[in-house]
Amino acid sequence: MTVIRPLATLMLGILLAVAAHAVDTEVPLADPVQQERYETLIHELRCLQCRSQSLADSEVDLAGELRSEVRRLVAEGKSEAQVKAFLTARYGDYILFRPPLNERTWLLWLAPALLLLGGLLIAWRVVRHRTGLVSGDPEEFDAGDREP
Amino acid sequence: MTAELGQIALILALCLALGQAVFGLIGAGFGWGNWMAAVRPATLGQAGFVILAFLLLVSAFVGNDFSVQYVALNSNSELPTFYRVAAVWGAHEGSMLLWVLILALWSAAVALLSRSLPETFSSRVLGVLGIISSGILLFILLTSNPFLRAVPAPFDGNDLNPLLQDFALTIHPPILYTGYVGFAVAFAFACAAMIEGKLDQTWARWTRPWTTVAWLFLTIGITLGSWWAYYELGWGGWWMWDPVENASFMPWLAGTALIHSLAVTEKRGLFRNWTLLLALFTFSLSLLGTFLVRSGIIVSVHAFASDPLRGIFILGLLAVFILGALTLYAWRAGQLRSDAGFEWWSRECFLLLNNVLLVIAAVLILLGTLYPLMLALMKLGTISVGPPYFQLVFLIPVLPLIALLIIGMHSAWKRARIAPLRQRVVTCLIVGALGAIALSFVYTGRVRAMVLIGLLLAIATMASAAWVPFDYRQRRVPMPRGALGMAIAHFGVGLFAVGAAVASAYQIERDVSLAPGQSANVAGYEFRYVTMRSVEGPNYHAREADVVITDAQGGLVTTLHPQKRTYLVQQQPMTEAGIDVSWKRDLFVALGEDLGNGAWSMRLQYKPLIRYLWLGSLLMAFGGLMATTDRRYRTELAQARAETTVPVRP
Amino acid sequence: MKLRFFLPAAAVAVLCASLWYGLNAIRGGQYDPQLIESPLIGRAAPDFIAENLLEPAQQVARSQFLGKPFVLNVWGTWCVGCREEHGALLAIAKETDVPIVGISWKDDRQLARDWLAQLGNPYHVVGVDPEGKIAINWGVYGAPESFLVGADGRVLHKRIGPMTLDIWHQDFVPLLKKTGSSPQ
Repeated sequence: MTVIRPLATLMLGILLAVAAHAVDTEVPLADPVQQERYETLIHELRCLQCRSQSLADSEVDLAGELRSEVRRLVAEGKSEAQVKAFLTARYGDYILFRPPLNERTWLLWLAPALLLLGGLLIAWRVVRHRTGLVSGDPEEFDAGDREP
Repeated sequence: MTAELGQIALILALCLALGQAVFGLIGAGFGWGNWMAAVRPATLGQAGFVILAFLLLVSAFVGNDFSVQYVALNSNSELPTFYRVAAVWGAHEGSMLLWVLILALWSAAVALLSRSLPETFSSRVLGVLGIISSGILLFILLTSNPFLRAVPAPFDGNDLNPLLQDFALTIHPPILYTGYVGFAVAFAFACAAMIEGKLDQTWARWTRPWTTVAWLFLTIGITLGSWWAYYELGWGGWWMWDPVENASFMPWLAGTALIHSLAVTEKRGLFRNWTLLLALFTFSLSLLGTFLVRSGIIVSVHAFASDPLRGIFILGLLAVFILGALTLYAWRAGQLRSDAGFEWWSRECFLLLNNVLLVIAAVLILLGTLYPLMLALMKLGTISVGPPYFQLVFLIPVLPLIALLIIGMHSAWKRARIAPLRQRVVTCLIVGALGAIALSFVYTGRVRAMVLIGLLLAIATMASAAWVPFDYRQRRVPMPRGALGMAIAHFGVGLFAVGAAVASAYQIERDVSLAPGQSANVAGYEFRYVTMRSVEGPNYHAREADVVITDAQGGLVTTLHPQKRTYLVQQQPMTEAGIDVSWKRDLFVALGEDLGNGAWSMRLQYKPLIRYLWLGSLLMAFGGLMATTDRRYRTELAQARAETTVPVRP
Repeated sequence: MKLRFFLPAAAVAVLCASLWYGLNAIRGGQYDPQLIESPLIGRAAPDFIAENLLEPAQQVARSQFLGKPFVLNVWGTWCVGCREEHGALLAIAKETDVPIVGISWKDDRQLARDWLAQLGNPYHVVGVDPEGKIAINWGVYGAPESFLVGADGRVLHKRIGPMTLDIWHQDFVPLLKKTGSSPQ
C-alpha cells in the first residue's frame, strides 16, 4: 500500500503560502465603473493554485499577478467579456467560476429549468390522481387537523 | 502491541458484522428464532470491538507511538493532548475508522432500542446494517489500515495539519458523521420493509425519530464546518460550494425531504414509494460523498489523500449497496401503493412540492459538482463550476420552496382549507415586506430585487412559524411537541435565510495596507492599527497585531488581536482573524502580509447579521430534537393507536 | 414489475459506471484531475520578448525561433520541481538539437545565473520574466512547465510538472516526428 503524502496537506500548504501580494491593496481605479468591474471580475475568476478561492480572496503570488493583469485590462477600457476572453484564451474555461454557456455546458445551464418543469409536471400528475381518490367522507379527518 | 491488538479487534469486528448480517437476514428469512436471537449480541459485540480498536488507536496517538505509521504522519510530540486525540480522524485511515465506529454505535443503539419491534423486522434492519459494516471494515482492513507499522519508527511525527488544530474542526467530523452515517439506519429500515413487502404507518412511526436525529446531527455538523471556515480561513467566507462541502449538503437536502416524506407516510400512509426512494437516496448520497472525498476524482482542499485504488473499492461498495437496494425497490414498488387521496393545497400537496423542490436542489448540486469531471472524461475540455453558478441555481428551487412554506405550515391534512388561511398568509407577507424594507434602509448598499424578495420571504416564514403556537392557543388545543418542533425548525429556516441574505448582500470588505498608527474606515467603524508583537504558542510562534476599533461617535468598540502564525513543524503560515461578535454585526480583521517597517496589509470586513445564519441552523436542529421527543414516539400505547395499516394492493 | 421502477437503479448504474471509468483513467494515467488543460495546444505559440539572462544587453524573442521547433521551459530557483528536473533537462539537451528556451520566472537574476553556473546550463538561451507577464501569456500556473512548439509555430504539447527523459521520449519526440521535424 503506497503511502501518498496527503494531497490535502499539500493543497492546504499552497492555500496558505505567504506571498508578496497577500491581499489586494492597490489604489482603487479612478473611474468607479471600472473599479466595480474590476471587483466583480476578481470575484468571478478562480485562483489556479488555491482552486477553491477566487482571485479576490487568494493570497498566492499568481493571484496577485492575475489581479494586476485584470486591473491593467480594465484600466485600458476592456469590458468584462473581453477580460474574461483574454484570460480564457490563456488558461481555458477553468479559470471562470461561472461556466460559460456553450455547446458543452448547455445541459448544465438548462438543467434547473428542465428539472423544475419535470418535477412540477410529476407533482401535478400525482396530485391529480390523488384528488380523484378522495373519498366522499369528510369526517374521516378533523376539519382542522394540522398536526405534523 | 497496541497496533496489532487494534488490527485483531478490527478483524473480530468484521467477523461479528458478517455474523450480524447472516444471522439477521437468513434467520429472518427462514424464521429461525435462535438465529435471530443471535443478532443483537453480534451487533453489540461488533460495536464493542470497533470501540476497542478505536480506543487503541487513540492511545497510540496520546502515547506518541510513532512506530505506527498513521500516528507518525499525523501527530507530533509537541501537539497538545486534545489535538492528539483529534488527529485520530485527521486523515483518511483514521476517519474511516471513525466512520465505522459511528455506524457501529448507531447499530448498537438500534439493537438496544428496538425491542418493541417485531423480531423479524429488527433482525433484518440489523442484518442490513451488518452488511454495510462488513463492507466498510473490509475496506479498512484491505486498503486503509490505520494500524500499519512504520519501519524504522521515526523519532517524531509530521504534526497535525495546523488548520485542523482547532476545537470546532475537531468535533466537526464526529458530529457530521453521526449525521450522515446515521442515515444508514433509515436505509436499513427501508431495506427491511422492502424485503418484508410491508410498509405501513407503523413503519414510518418507527423510522422517523432515527432519521430526524441523524438529520439534526448533520445540520449541526454542517453548521460547525461553516462557522469554522468563517473564523479560521481568514477571508470571511462561510460557504464555498466546494465539492466536499456539497458532498455533505446533498444528503442534508435529501434527508430534509425524507423527514418530511416520512411525516406524510406516518400520518396518512401515503408517499410510500417516495419515502423509500428518499431513504435510499439519502444514504446513497452519504456514500457518494464518502467516495468523492477519498478517491481523488475531484479536486478540493478538503479532500483526503487520493488513491484511485481505494476509490474503486468504495465505488464497488457503493454500487453493491445502492444497486442492491434499488433492485429491491424495483421489485416491491408496485406493491406498495395506497389508495388514499388528498386535494390540491392540502398539506400532502405542499409536502409533495417540498419533496420535489428539495430533490431538484440536491440533483442540481450533484450535477454542478460532477459536470466538470464528466466533461473531462469525455475529452471535452476542462471547465470549473464555482459559487456563482451554485448560488444562482440553488435559489431556483429554494425560493419557491420558502414561499410555499409560509402557507404549508398551516395547511390541513387531506382537505384544502386555504381560504381561511388567507388572512394569516397576507399578514405574514406584510410583516415580511415591512421587515425587508426596514433592513434595506438600515444597511447601506444597493437595494437589489432578489435580496428584497428573499428577505420578504424569509421574514414572512419566521412570522408564519411564530403563528403556529399562537394558533394552537387560539383553538384551545394543547400543542404537541411535534408541532412545536416544526415551528422552531421553520423559524430557524427563516432566520438562516435572513442572516445569509443580509450578510451576503450588505457586507463590506476592504483590503488595506496600514503602517502602525494608521487607520481605515469601514461601514462607519474606524479600524486603527496600533502595534505588532511576537507571541509564542505551544507549537507555533506568531506575529500579533493590536487593532483598535471605534464607532462613528468615537466610542471604543473593542481591540482585536489578529495573528499570523507559523507552526513549528509544518512551517505553514496561518491566519487567525480577530473578530468582534455581536448580534447586529461582526467586525472582522485578518492579517495579510508583512510589508516591511511594521506596515502590514490587512483585510477588514463588516458582516451584518451574520450570526443569525448559524443560529438559524442550530434552531433547525433544535426543532428536530423537539420533534423527536414527541410523546407518541415514547409510549408503548402509541403503538396501539397507530395500527391503521393501509392495505397492500395485491 | 413495471419497467419505470427500474429507472433509479439504471441511473445509479450509469453514474457508477462513469465514475469507475474515471477512476481507471486516473490509474492508467490518462486523466489527472489536478491538471488544467491548456487552450494553447494546437494554436500559435504566444509571442514573447525578454532580456537575456546571461547576456543582458541582448534579447530573447519568439521571432528568433520561427520555422524551427523548440521547447519552452518555465522555471525558477525557488521551485523544488525545477531542481528535480534539471538533470533531465541536461540529458535532453545533450540528446537533441531542439533548443530549450528557458524562461526565468519571477526570479532574482543573480540567483538564476549562479544556479546555472553551479548545476549546468541546459538552455539554448534564457529569457527573464520578472513580473510573470510572459508566463501569463503562456497560461503558466505552477512551475515547472514545459511547452513543445513545432516548426510551424503551433504549440504541440504542454508538460505540467518536472520534465523527465521518459516524458521526453514518450510524449515530445513522437510529436516532433509526426510534424516532420527531427528530434536530433
